[in-house]
Amino acid sequence: MTQGQLEIQAIAVVTAVACALVGTFLVLRRQSLVSDAIGHSVLVGIALGFLVVGSTTSPLLLVAATLTGVVTVALVEVVTSTRLVKEDAAIGLVFPALFSIGVIVVSRYAEGVHLDTDAVLLGELAFAPFDRLEAWGWDFGPASLLLMGAVLAVDVVVVAILWKELKLSTFDPALALALGFAPVLLNYVLMTLVSVTAVGAFNAVGSILVVALMIAPPAAAYLLTDGLGRMTAIACGIGGASALAGYWLAVVLDASIAGCIAACCGIAFALAWALAPGRGLLAAARRRSRQRLEFAQAMLAIHLANHEGRPEAEVENRVAHLGEHLRWDREFADRVVRGAERRGLVVRSADALALTERGRTLAHDAVTR
Amino acid sequence: MTAVFLVDDYTLRTVALGAVALGAVGGALGTFAVLRRQALVGDAISHAALPGVVLAYVLLGTKASQWLMLGAAVTGFAATLAVGGIVRTTRVKTDAALGIVLSVFFGVGLVLLTWVQRRPDASQAGLDRFLFGQAATVLRDDVVTIAVVGSLALAVVAVLWKQLKLLAFDAEFGASLGMRMHAVEIALTALLVVAIVIGLQMVGAVLMSAMIVAPAAAARQWTNRLGPMTLVAAGVGAAAGAIGAVASSEVERLPTGPTIVLVATAIVIGSFLVAPRGVLVRRLRARRARSRLAAHAVLADLAVLEDGHGGVAHGHPAATIGVMEEADATTALRGLEQDGLVRCDSEGNWSLTERGREEARRR
Repeated sequence: MTQGQLEIQAIAVVTAVACALVGTFLVLRRQSLVSDAIGHSVLVGIALGFLVVGSTTSPLLLVAATLTGVVTVALVEVVTSTRLVKEDAAIGLVFPALFSIGVIVVSRYAEGVHLDTDAVLLGELAFAPFDRLEAWGWDFGPASLLLMGAVLAVDVVVVAILWKELKLSTFDPALALALGFAPVLLNYVLMTLVSVTAVGAFNAVGSILVVALMIAPPAAAYLLTDGLGRMTAIACGIGGASALAGYWLAVVLDASIAGCIAACCGIAFALAWALAPGRGLLAAARRRSRQRLEFAQAMLAIHLANHEGRPEAEVENRVAHLGEHLRWDREFADRVVRGAERRGLVVRSADALALTERGRTLAHDAVTR
Repeated sequence: MTAVFLVDDYTLRTVALGAVALGAVGGALGTFAVLRRQALVGDAISHAALPGVVLAYVLLGTKASQWLMLGAAVTGFAATLAVGGIVRTTRVKTDAALGIVLSVFFGVGLVLLTWVQRRPDASQAGLDRFLFGQAATVLRDDVVTIAVVGSLALAVVAVLWKQLKLLAFDAEFGASLGMRMHAVEIALTALLVVAIVIGLQMVGAVLMSAMIVAPAAAARQWTNRLGPMTLVAAGVGAAAGAIGAVASSEVERLPTGPTIVLVATAIVIGSFLVAPRGVLVRRLRARRARSRLAAHAVLADLAVLEDGHGGVAHGHPAATIGVMEEADATTALRGLEQDGLVRCDSEGNWSLTERGREEARRR
């Protein structure tokens, strides 16, 4: 592995972890699409900042872009507060408008400069190692790595300091307000973090894939655990792993790194969706089939108890007869009988079935409950 | 000038017609999306169209826009199914499901696009116009496709009008009438996909969702009825398309898609301000109600003063009434004077007229 490859992976992982950290709160607060809105409106901040400063590398651009993100959230809230449209429509009105302004500014005033919509929207991680911070004869490493490292540090510090407050205002905003935690202020602090992170990340992965990094890993973690601390940690882990897997997928396919990272985030979520213990699709299907079998075993016990000690019992308690009486096919009947035998509900002699004491109790409980 | 251009300039006429058609279809279908609080589903569909465009190109080996649109429609529809599946079978909420689906589908589309672009032949050039839209590449055939497909979508809306109305306002009632609301929902989603896909070429994936939300949001401010709202939304969409297309061809380096979106946004802002439900009208109405209330109170105060002075018509300075109301009463008094309910003598003392006395008693 060359140094450049290592550096790209480092940038990707740091970006993914920072995004997952703030994204956890977005997912829990049902504000996921704020990341989409901020990701798009960042362009107008950068474009206008460029118009004022006249340079594409000035740190002022990042400040302008971060402010734009916060302004986007504020605008959405202003539009929602008029109660003329619902919040989803407000988001859908604000960010395309800002993004349009950004595209127009770029295409009218910034053509020919290194500032194009593709770069903002799609990111280009492959070139990140070439943009290095060098000062006093020292090479401090790629600029985006330093930037994202700083962003991650800010995220970690703020989230750590405000952990209790964020937790409470996320899960019980009414109580947070009653205890005097200023949920509105907290919300803007969180939105500023999201904005800073999105601005730092768009360099690396582009603004649309910021959405993938902010939402998919926390959503996957949400399916795997119930504790906020654990969810945050798992989300950061999934984000980092998706970033690494995505990088190598991109190397193999020779395709967009950012796109591959987003695809890996999607795969991670799909895996959690299918396999999450207790909640996943697989666990749910298993639970359903187990319940179906248990219900069938209870039916069998009731059926046998009904005919026990009567003249027709000879006929009714045969395995072959179950198909006719309970409308089970032969294979299912066999499975049910085998399961019931294992649980000690029935005993089989030749083809005839007889209830055990446990089976009789089960049948009795099932009909009298 | 503009009219002359519109007739003379072949490219502009093509682009403008296409923009009008997609604006009208997007506006009409957006009405249902906005009413059902699914404004952002359009965002997911339009982003999810990207992998479909590239896949259609790879699998079918053509760049004919109707085939690319078909590919876009397939993945766009798959995206809505994925969102529905996530929301139904997990505890992840709609907002996160939309975020995941739109970004992951878009990411996969990007992977496919970059992978195709690195192939040695250059035949794939131009696929990326579906990202941002490029109105200049729209041909007459494309406009015919947009118009035909869009009209079909609108015809389906007309046929399913009753069912769609129930879906938007009271789906349970519809189900109790024996309508298969789930099927209606799928039909509406499919129509929404159609409306978005036909606009991709011109406006681009990133901005197409605005063409669904903005016209409907504007129309909502002008009426409370579904029929008029749908018509107004279609009109707003068409107008935004026409104005945006013309403006971007008149002004140099003004990209069409963003211009159309900004025109639509301007119409929304205007509607928010001046429409019957709008902010300004609401404020005006509130002020009028406040001043009417103040006048009532002042009239009552004068009657109380008159009673206190043994029923003799006796003037009082505005300041006295101001003290009773804990506010400046001069404006209210002048208003009442104009209505002939109070009068002011030469020393600036106010008293009730005969009519004013009657009015105060009546209340």
